[in-house]
Amino acid sequence: MASGSKIDALGQFELHPILGSFGEALRLSQSPLFMVISAAVVLTFLYVGMKPKAVVPGRLQAAAEVSYDFIHGLAVDTIGEAGTRFFPFVFALFFFILTGNYIGLLPFSFTFTSHIVVTLAMAMAVFILCIITSLRVQGLNFFKHFMPEGAPIALSPLLVPIEILSYISRPISLSIRLFANMVAGHVLLEVFASFTIMLAGLGVVGDVLAITPVVLNIALTALELLVGLLQAYVFAILTCIYLREAVAH
Amino acid sequence: MRLTPRFLLSAAAPLAALPGRAVAEGMPQLHFNDPYVQGQVLWGAIIFFIFYLLLSRSALPRVANVLKARDQRIKSDLDLARRAKQDADKAQKELHEARDKAFDDAHAIIQEIRDTAKKNIQHEVSETLARLNTEIRDAETRIAQSRTKALNHVSGIATNTATTLIERLIGKADHHSVASAIERAHTAGGEHVS
Repeated sequence: MASGSKIDALGQFELHPILGSFGEALRLSQSPLFMVISAAVVLTFLYVGMKPKAVVPGRLQAAAEVSYDFIHGLAVDTIGEAGTRFFPFVFALFFFILTGNYIGLLPFSFTFTSHIVVTLAMAMAVFILCIITSLRVQGLNFFKHFMPEGAPIALSPLLVPIEILSYISRPISLSIRLFANMVAGHVLLEVFASFTIMLAGLGVVGDVLAITPVVLNIALTALELLVGLLQAYVFAILTCIYLREAVAH
Repeated sequence: MRLTPRFLLSAAAPLAALPGRAVAEGMPQLHFNDPYVQGQVLWGAIIFFIFYLLLSRSALPRVANVLKARDQRIKSDLDLARRAKQDADKAQKELHEARDKAFDDAHAIIQEIRDTAKKNIQHEVSETLARLNTEIRDAETRIAQSRTKALNHVSGIATNTATTLIERLIGKADHHSVASAIERAHTAGGEHVS
């Protein structure tokens, strides 16, 4: 929110306790609230959509089925046969992030994917799942992947640390990609919205000029809709790619 | 508020300051000591876990069941249609075969009737011809007999007539010599007479 001539583009990311002292004690902020809302929206969409169980689906059922087929195809095509086992996890990730991104675009709402701790926690969940799956499927062969096959042994002191570093940086890049995209989009929206308020205070000329940031914000909202979908998709498909490596022998 | 370069700079500052100053004090996301920032990790984990459980145990199997039921139904319907088509093809083939067979049978019957008729006619014709031939031969035999008989009578009558004539003329006649003379004449002019 703009206060005076200063633009507070980052205040929107601040966490406030909800539910009074009860929420304070449990460290409940609006972030978990919107997580619950997002999860509830997805579950409601699926439950209400699939309620008719019609052979010829209506619009909502068709949408629910398309979302199922989309992620199922993504998981099975990328991971392979084992993809069916990880499909619910990929589905949960994709729709949790997607709904979080989209609900965050509504006025007075909050985008929990704009918090690095949240995205990092999800990325770490993927990372740990990948390591556990790798160790279970490949056993100790898993560690062979840190030394590329066919590379000269003399290069191993250089290659092994690089491979380990690149492996460890996966959850970091995964989380920062989503976090940074969300933050950047919301900061831009806030900045342009503040421009409108500032210009509106300049009189008649300002009123006319104030339209420009509004138009820009409309375009930015469209862009954010694309980015929100794209980032959820990128997160899901990278999870699938990492899991494919984990289940490969 | 004025649109001065300084104002624009300050407006753009939050963007430019993101990596630097914001890390220290600007970005609430990086206040890791904030109990709410910490709290949302735990809450997020709990909420995501419940969300995952509900999806994997209840919501997604529901969708899967509907999709599976539809696939099965489509498959069984297709099977049914395929079987019906096979039956229809088979029936059509049988019909064609029956028709062809009936056609062939009819042809065979017609041919048989025609052959029999032809044979009968030939038989009758040859029978009639044979009968006619026999009759012709009989008739010829009879004619020949009659002629021979008539010719035999002729020489007797001629002998008698000649004897009678000679008796009237010369008073007496040797019947035997007249008969031999007649016989000679007959033999000489036989061809002329017959």
